[in-house]
Amino acid sequence: MAIPHAQFAKGEAGEGIIRLDGSWDAAHGDALERLVAEMGEAAAHHDGALVVILDRLVSLDTLGAYLVFRLCSRLAEAGRSVRLEGATESQKILIEEVSFAPPPAAGDRRSLAPAYDMLSDVGEAVVDAGRDLSNGVAFFGAVVAAFGRLLTGRTRLRIASVVTQLERVGLRSVPIIMLISFLVGAIIAQQSIFQLRTFGTVQFVADLLGILVLRELAVLLTAIMIAGRSGSSFTAELGSMKMREEVDALQTMGLDPLEVLVVPRILALMIALPLLTFLAAMAGIAGGAVVAFFYGGVSSDVFFSRLQNAIGLNTFMVGMIKAPFMALVIGLIACIEGFAVRGSAESLGSHTTASVVKSIFVVIVVDGMFAMFFAAINY
Amino acid sequence: MSIFSRPAPANERPDPPPELGLPIIEIRDLTVGFGERLIMDGLELDVRRGEILGVVGASGTGKSVLLRTIIGLVHQRKGRVRVFGHDMGQLTPQRRRLIERRWGVLFQHGALFSSLTVKQNIQFPMREYLDLSESLLDEMAMVKLRLVGLKPEAAERFPSELSGGMIKRAALARALALDPEIVFLDEPTSGLDPIGAADFDELIATLQKTLGLTVFMVTHDLDSLAGICDRIAALGDGRVLHTGPLDEMKKQSHPWLQAYFNGPRARASHFYTQPAGGRTT
Repeated sequence: MAIPHAQFAKGEAGEGIIRLDGSWDAAHGDALERLVAEMGEAAAHHDGALVVILDRLVSLDTLGAYLVFRLCSRLAEAGRSVRLEGATESQKILIEEVSFAPPPAAGDRRSLAPAYDMLSDVGEAVVDAGRDLSNGVAFFGAVVAAFGRLLTGRTRLRIASVVTQLERVGLRSVPIIMLISFLVGAIIAQQSIFQLRTFGTVQFVADLLGILVLRELAVLLTAIMIAGRSGSSFTAELGSMKMREEVDALQTMGLDPLEVLVVPRILALMIALPLLTFLAAMAGIAGGAVVAFFYGGVSSDVFFSRLQNAIGLNTFMVGMIKAPFMALVIGLIACIEGFAVRGSAESLGSHTTASVVKSIFVVIVVDGMFAMFFAAINY
Repeated sequence: MSIFSRPAPANERPDPPPELGLPIIEIRDLTVGFGERLIMDGLELDVRRGEILGVVGASGTGKSVLLRTIIGLVHQRKGRVRVFGHDMGQLTPQRRRLIERRWGVLFQHGALFSSLTVKQNIQFPMREYLDLSESLLDEMAMVKLRLVGLKPEAAERFPSELSGGMIKRAALARALALDPEIVFLDEPTSGLDPIGAADFDELIATLQKTLGLTVFMVTHDLDSLAGICDRIAALGDGRVLHTGPLDEMKKQSHPWLQAYFNGPRARASHFYTQPAGGRTT
C-alpha cells in the first residue's frame, strides 16, 4: 500500500496548497502524525488562503480523516481560511463524522509535596484498618445472630449445603494436610535428633515432638493450609456471585445471604478444622516416629513410653481447643472479603489475595493470644 | 483479535480487499462438532463485501458457533473458511494475525476488560498495533467514543459502572478501534430496550455506510433484520436453510422459516409497516 505523502506548494493565485497523497490510514499512523505537524508548520509561514486537496488519496480511514480534520481546524483556529477540495462523497461523510474538537486536556490533580502524599497514605491506611475492624465486628455479630436464629429454630439448617462444604473443605484436604504434617514432623524429628545426639539424649525427641506437634504445629499448619485452600475459594466464590448479582437475587427471594451462603461455610469449617487438626497431629507424630526409628535408632518401646510420659490430655486439648476459633476467623475473613468484591476481575483477585494474607496473619495472632492465655492459667 | 498475539509489522497489508459485492468471507463444507454432537454439517455461506448479513436460527443451531469458527475461536473438523481470499486453516500464525487485525468483534456481553476504563479499552488494540503519540491516542479514543454515540464522560468510567447499552456501545468502539474491514456482531441489540436497539441499528447502518464496513451480525431482533440487513442467512439442521433478502425469506416454504418470518411476532414488528429490504448498498 502506498506510503502517505503531503506537499506544500504555492498556487497561482498566491494561495497555499497542501496536497495529500497515498494511504492515510491507521497503519501509517506515526508517519501521518509527522506529516500533519510538518504541513501545519509550512502553512504557518505562508499567509493567504489555504487549500487542502485530497484527490490523490489512495485510502482514508477514521485516523486519517481525523488528522485531516485536525490539520484544517488548527489552521482555522489560527485565523486562516481553509477549504477542502477533491474529497469524494464518502470521504466527506467520514471527515464529517470524526470532526469533533477534543475537550481541553484536564489538568492533572495538583500534586502536593511528597510529604503530604505520604501522610495522607498513612492516614488512609489507618482509616482502612479501622474500617476493616469495625466491619469484621459487625459481620461477626450478624453471623452470631444467624447462628442464634438457627439454634432457636427460627430458620432451618441447610444440611445438604453443610455436607457439600464439609466434603470440599474437610475430606478433600485430608491428603495434602496429612502429607505436609508428616513431612514437617519428620524434619523436626531429624533436626532435634541431630542436636540431641551431642548430649546423648536422643530418646527425648519423643517429648519434644509430641508437645510441639500437639500444642502448636498441627493446628497452625492446618489453619494456614485451610486459609490458603478454602479461604481463597470462599472469597472467590462469594466474590463472583456478588459480581453476577447472584447475592442480590438471593436477597430478592427473601433469603438471607448470610444464612444461605455464610453459615453453612463457617459451620463446615468449624467442624472440619478440629478433625483435620487431629489427623495432622497423628501424621506429624508418625513422621517423627519413622525418623526416630530409622535415623535416630530409638526403639519403638522407648519412643512410645517417652511419648506417653511427656504428653497428657491437656497437651492434646490445647491444640484442639484452638481449632474451631481458627476456623471461625478464617471463615469470617473469607466471607467479608468475598462480599467486598466490586465489579472488576482485578477486584476479585485483590480481595482473594487479601483474604488469604489476612487469614494467615490473624491465625498467627490468635495462636499467640492462646499461648499467653494457656500460660497464664497454667494449662 | 487475540490479545496474546504480538504486534504484527505495522505497514504491511497483504492485499487489497475484494471489490464491492464480491465474497469477502467464503465458507465451504464446514463441519463443527463438540464430542458426539454435530453442530454444523457441511455448511456453506458467502458474505459479500459491503453488505450487512443477518444470521438467524433457532436457539442451539450454532449461530454463535459459526461466528466463533470464522474468527478462529472454535476449530472445525472439516471444511474451509476463506477470509479476504485466504484459507484461515492454512495460514501461519503471523499471517493470521495480519488478517485478525482487519476485523473487529463485538461479543454478546461486550467482553470489555473489567480492570481498564472505557478509554483504555478502546486504546488497547491501538497501543498494541499502532505507533501513535499519547495525545493522538487520547483524541482517537474520543473520536471513536463519539462515533458510537457515547458521551466523553464515559471515557474514564469502568465497565462495571456502565449500563447495558453503554457497554455495547463501548465494546463496538473497541471493535472499531483499528478501522476493521469486517465487523462481527454477536446479538448486538439483545438486552437493549426497543429505542436503544433501534438507535444501535441506526448506528451500525451509519458506520457501515461511512466506513465501508462489511457486517456479519448474529441476531434475533426482527426489527434489525427488517431495518438494516441487506441479506439474511437462516441456519438450521447444521447448514444454511436459505439466504436472501427479507422478501425472499418470507416466501420460503420451510416450516421454521415460515414460523419465523410469518409468525405473530414478525407480523407485529416492522416487517409489515415499512418497505422491507428498502435500503440499498
